[in-house]
Amino acid sequence: MENKPALLSARNIRRAFTSAGARLEVLRGVDLSLRHGESLALTGESGSGKSTLVHILAGLELPDAGEVEIEGTPLNRLSEAGRARLRRETIGIVFQQFNLIPSLDAGANIAFQARLAGRHDPDHVTRLAGRLGLAGHLHKYPEELSGGQQQRVAIGRALAARPALILADEPTGNLDEATADEVLALMLELVAEAGAALLMVTHSVRLAARLDRQLQLSRGRIFA
Amino acid sequence: MTRAGLQALLSHWWRHPGQLVMLLAGLMLATALWSGVQAINAEARAAYAQAAGRVDAGARARIVPRAGERLDEAQYVALRRAGWPVSPVVEAHLTAGGATVRLIGIDPITTPSDLIPRAFSGTDSAETLRRFLLPPHLVFAAPDVAAALAEATGAEVRAADDLAPGTAVADVGFVQRLGGAEGLLDRLIVTDAPRALAPPPLETIAPGLVLQPAAPRADLARLTASFHLNLSAFGLLAFAVGLFIAHGAVGLAFEARRGMFRTLRALGLPLWHLMLLIALELALMALVAGAAGMVAGLLIAGALLPDVAASLKGLYGAEVPGTLTLRAQTWVAGMAAALAGAGLAGAGALWQLARLPVLAPAMPRAWARASAHRRALEATGGLALLVAAAALARFGSGLMAGFALMAALLLGAALILPPLLDLCLRLAGRAARGPLSQWFWADARQGLPGLSLAMMALLLALAANIGVGTMVESFRRAFTGWLDQRLAAELYVRARDDAEAERLRAFLAGRSEAVLPLWRVEATVAGVPSFVYGVEDHPTYRENWPLLDALPGVWDRLAAGEAALINEQLARRAGLSPGDTIEILPGWRLEVAGIYSDYGNPTGQVMVALAPFLAHFPDAPRLSHAVRVAPEDAPALARALIEEFGLPAENVVDQAALKRWSLSIFERTFAITAALNVLTLGVAGVAIVTSLAALSGQRLVQLAPVWAVGVERRRLARLELLRALALAALTAALALPLGLALAWVLLAIVNVEAFGWRLPMQLFPLDWLRLVALALLAAALAALWPALRLARMAPARLVQVFAAAR
Ligand SMILES: Nc1ncnc2c1ncn2[C@@H]1O[C@H](COP(=O)(O)OP(=O)(O)OP(=O)(O)O)[C@@H](O)[C@H]1O
Ligand SMILES: [Mg+2]
Repeated sequence: MENKPALLSARNIRRAFTSAGARLEVLRGVDLSLRHGESLALTGESGSGKSTLVHILAGLELPDAGEVEIEGTPLNRLSEAGRARLRRETIGIVFQQFNLIPSLDAGANIAFQARLAGRHDPDHVTRLAGRLGLAGHLHKYPEELSGGQQQRVAIGRALAARPALILADEPTGNLDEATADEVLALMLELVAEAGAALLMVTHSVRLAARLDRQLQLSRGRIFA
Repeated sequence: MTRAGLQALLSHWWRHPGQLVMLLAGLMLATALWSGVQAINAEARAAYAQAAGRVDAGARARIVPRAGERLDEAQYVALRRAGWPVSPVVEAHLTAGGATVRLIGIDPITTPSDLIPRAFSGTDSAETLRRFLLPPHLVFAAPDVAAALAEATGAEVRAADDLAPGTAVADVGFVQRLGGAEGLLDRLIVTDAPRALAPPPLETIAPGLVLQPAAPRADLARLTASFHLNLSAFGLLAFAVGLFIAHGAVGLAFEARRGMFRTLRALGLPLWHLMLLIALELALMALVAGAAGMVAGLLIAGALLPDVAASLKGLYGAEVPGTLTLRAQTWVAGMAAALAGAGLAGAGALWQLARLPVLAPAMPRAWARASAHRRALEATGGLALLVAAAALARFGSGLMAGFALMAALLLGAALILPPLLDLCLRLAGRAARGPLSQWFWADARQGLPGLSLAMMALLLALAANIGVGTMVESFRRAFTGWLDQRLAAELYVRARDDAEAERLRAFLAGRSEAVLPLWRVEATVAGVPSFVYGVEDHPTYRENWPLLDALPGVWDRLAAGEAALINEQLARRAGLSPGDTIEILPGWRLEVAGIYSDYGNPTGQVMVALAPFLAHFPDAPRLSHAVRVAPEDAPALARALIEEFGLPAENVVDQAALKRWSLSIFERTFAITAALNVLTLGVAGVAIVTSLAALSGQRLVQLAPVWAVGVERRRLARLELLRALALAALTAALALPLGLALAWVLLAIVNVEAFGWRLPMQLFPLDWLRLVALALLAAALAALWPALRLARMAPARLVQVFAAAR
């Protein structure tokens, strides 16, 4: 582990938005790193830039300055196609909502990324679906599923491709507390079984406490 | 409450200008094409009403010399003094630039205004009149001879495109001098001017002259009914296509505003009030779009009218001005169409709203599922319509049945298009292997409801293009082939009386290969008003006549006087086929030995051998003749006839000119069809563009997740383009059989009912290929802008989809 590069490392990430003429510096030099198999909770008040940071770490957006490396590969040196390929093969993402592809049923949604990455294993998908309590719902379309079920499908999709890194942006933020706890417990269990690293954004200190490390984003910087 | 509610409702359009454009464009296009066609029809009808009593010289009473000579100007003066409302006409034939020009001399003061070229009544008519009457004389000439005539006469020549090719109009005195006929006139036209009280009879003033009554005038409105019906059908089709677009836009707007409706009602706005507001909103848009559509429609009508006028004149001799007059009724009808269209487009949505519980889910998909029932109903309706169309094709009769069949066929096909496309996409999805291609087909399937109206519009436009194109092209082939056969003789000559005819035959005997009599009498055969022709046995007929169906040895039997030939119109109207017997005169019965095609002729025809014809009709006028002569000698012979006999140019017609004239009428008749075809295709293109634009906001929810898990934007954009192409290609594939069915209906039913002849259907695969390519190009162009936008879309905008407050 010492010689191996960190799974994820971000150095001096800066990002500003200009809206209505005003310049808003959301990230002002964020440093962060995550090792294989490690889990990390990111908290911060609303509007502090957590989602923005996750998007940058996933290579969905590029920072104004600074560098993100995943398994030693700097993202800003990759073409868009290269970053897309990296997302397919290395990263599983769970957003707060609208994760799923509306035109595919739950089963196809779970398998989608794994198939894109060329790592489709039907048995694995069936097992995951069973663990997520979705066995009877695989032929339903997203709009026919409850919010909790939709998030479980999204988690299944993130795990099905066996990515090294899972990024989750308030994956249970839209759910009631009981359901949120249940879904999250399941996710942590499955992530641990898969040996993947996890970076999860959450508002809940209680949930954050269940992860290996906790960081806070405030005024554009990271605090432990 | 009204104000606040309306503000809330209208705010939606600000945020979704694409939907607004689509709704307005749909209503506008519907109004434009419909009112354009209506304006043309109204113009023509007004012209027919006006023309009751006017039109070409043959339709007026005229006074001519009894004995084929010219009349003396003094006789004209005497007649006018006695109170006869007559106007003088003299003709001269000049050779100018190698062509013969028929120069008609008139007196602009007494001539009825419709016989004067339109250019005459220009801006400064007093000045024009002065120049017309005084040397060096102003002459109006058909554009084809204007330049040559100016050179030949030294007069000031102005081109007038309402003159028949090869003719010119000038002052009577000037023409007399040019033709070396000072003091002589060809005929006098009896004008509409009120006569003096009881003018003395013609015999006492001018004993050498006879009054020829006006030829019985055909009822133009009735004659041209099928032409206008055709136009109206096209206008209706365009209106329907426009309505499809508007309907789609209203549906989208309702779907998107479902949440707003719920909120407004939860806040205490009564349902009826909400519905009233929506109706008000729709009416507002209908008025705006309707006004814009009217203007566009009048522009379209103005652009098409000259062609319509030309073909109406060529086909039916109906004079319709080439320029448009604005009529109040056109405006009222156009606005009414826009309002009715908006009402139709919004009625279904309002109905759904009325039945919706206050807290219905605002989710678009839920709405889509709820309307699945309606879609099933539409598909069933579509199938029922197709069955009805089949029944009409089998058992229907009459022109209205033909149009009803076309309407049922098109509407039925449009309604079953979405389920058919759905089926195709499902099959394609099943055959697909990769995850991305499976997603592609599934996604296309799911997006179908939003695009199906645009695809219906494309289907209708393509089918109309294929159908009408096939009909016109088949007609063109049949018509040109038929012209070549029927106009086999090089010259057609008509004498003015029997004595002149005798001299003509003697004159021609030495100068031509054959002089074939074209002698005819009117008769009612098998209950159909017809002309009976006596024809000589000659290779001209045996080798060229366009027979559709015949018994063996048909020409020998005809020559032997045992049998007759009849034209297709007579055969269809009387239900005759070869082997049947017809009675031409009481006791004179002949077997039908053959049937020939005879396009463009409204009456029946019978051909019998010359000898029995003359035996049964000894008094038949023997004036017309077809002359066979070496083609290169024809022009000289025509000139000789005109010079030797003083025949008016219209009595000597050469084959080439006749063919050119017929073909040019044909082309102009279908020019409007071609223009309307292009417009319908354009409407379909607009439908695709607006649908895609209206949907592009909702597309992000579909695309962002695929992008997030690792498919780059450019690839997604390519797939978006491909999706539009795939849908257009499938639609085009379905449009082909529909278009051919339409062509069949037009050729085998509508034409037979409207004109009395059936044309063989020919297939033009290259035209189809071109059309399909055009449709694909249109779809690609329509999808290009949204696709480019996607390819360049800021990732920040894409990730917003996942943000909590989207
Ligand atoms: N595309 C954008 N354009 C302009 N400003 C943006 C954009 N995206 C985010 N912002 C702003 O950046 C700031 C950080 O947004 P971000 O979504 O990262 O916050 P967050 O920490 O995830 O908040 P929350 O906990 O509410 O999800 C906010 O003030 C937001 O308004
Ligand atoms: Mg956030």
